[in-house]
Amino acid sequence: MRSSHQIEFAAGVFLLLGIAALVFLAIQATNGGSFSSGSYRLTAEFANIGSLKPRAPVNLGGVRIGSVDSIELDPISFNARVTLAINTEYDQLPDDSSAAILTSGLLGDQYVGIEPGGSPEILQDGDKVLITSSAVVLEQLINRYLIGNTGEDES
Amino acid sequence: MDPQSSGSRLTRPIARLGHAVVFLLTALGRMRFTSLQLGEVLRQTYFVGVRSLIIIITCGFFVGLVLTLQTYDTLTRFGAGDAVSTVLSLSLFRELGPVLTAILFAGRAGTSMTAEIGLMKATEQLDALDLMAIDPMERIVQPRLLAGLIAVPVLTLIFNMTALLGGVVFGIFMMGIDSNVFWGNMQNSVELGRDFGGGMIKAVVFGFLASWLAVYYGWTCKPTGEGVALATTQTVIATAITVLLLDFVLTAMML
Repeated sequence: MRSSHQIEFAAGVFLLLGIAALVFLAIQATNGGSFSSGSYRLTAEFANIGSLKPRAPVNLGGVRIGSVDSIELDPISFNARVTLAINTEYDQLPDDSSAAILTSGLLGDQYVGIEPGGSPEILQDGDKVLITSSAVVLEQLINRYLIGNTGEDES
Repeated sequence: MDPQSSGSRLTRPIARLGHAVVFLLTALGRMRFTSLQLGEVLRQTYFVGVRSLIIIITCGFFVGLVLTLQTYDTLTRFGAGDAVSTVLSLSLFRELGPVLTAILFAGRAGTSMTAEIGLMKATEQLDALDLMAIDPMERIVQPRLLAGLIAVPVLTLIFNMTALLGGVVFGIFMMGIDSNVFWGNMQNSVELGRDFGGGMIKAVVFGFLASWLAVYYGWTCKPTGEGVALATTQTVIATAITVLLLDFVLTAMML
């Protein structure tokens, strides 16, 4: 039987080991909560969002600058309204920037790509990105290719 | 009042469940946080936590190793071998870490808690404490409940660490995945609050559950050698079943 002091020491070391593991795992193996450090919200309306999901990345020039916060349907215009949470580090986006729903790779996940504009005015929290382009739906592309028309002109 | 002997086949389990809840509420109601109590909690944390380290580390390492081996083998068929760290970390943090740790904990530490309390009961030590005006609920039950609550999350963290180490050993050293790709994929796909934090919430719940069941089965066992043996077996079975069942419920709630 070990002495009480040794036991308490071992228990203390055990707890410290747990804290060390927590810190290591939180920093090394996760995104480190870097996007919870502070973000502002932008909205963008799309006619079709394809299979975009909440938490999908928002990229600018391939660099992740935020994530999709929520997606809902506008009951009047029937457009999908996507709320983007952009990291406050990137708060200098021009207000004529455009948003597009893109796919990483042929079968990869969909993400929102931001293309910066040239306006001197910048987007504020709650602003709306006006220029958007919807997701490309593979079935529609194939349909158009096979049938050979766009559904508008039947001549 | 002994819930084991009264009632029919149908009502007995329900009566037992009610008895277990009453037992837990009594123990929680009598909780006191004196320095003597906290010292005892630390001692129990040593017995259930530090003594479980070897099995947790060994199992964690080999789980990580074999999980990486299997997923790497499957993923390379689709040309996605680099995604192995994503699969490894998500399945570990969300499911395997908390669940396997809780089941191993029940086997290693839960059984010894049950047997210890059962033997105290059989040798009338609990009654002796009562006679000395020491509340056995406070002296015996409470430190063990708290120790399980502390030890299981810590053991889960250590399990996750060693399993990741197993993944690193296989993925980076043996299969030659670039270490930046390995960690980068993991960091991109694991979210701190949702994936990692969710797993840790599970670990806390399972730790509480495992120590509660262990203490309860020890406390209510028949005070004979046979009764203690039966209670020890029941602890493992009950913990394994409830942990897996509750895991499904918690996952469904979190996703």
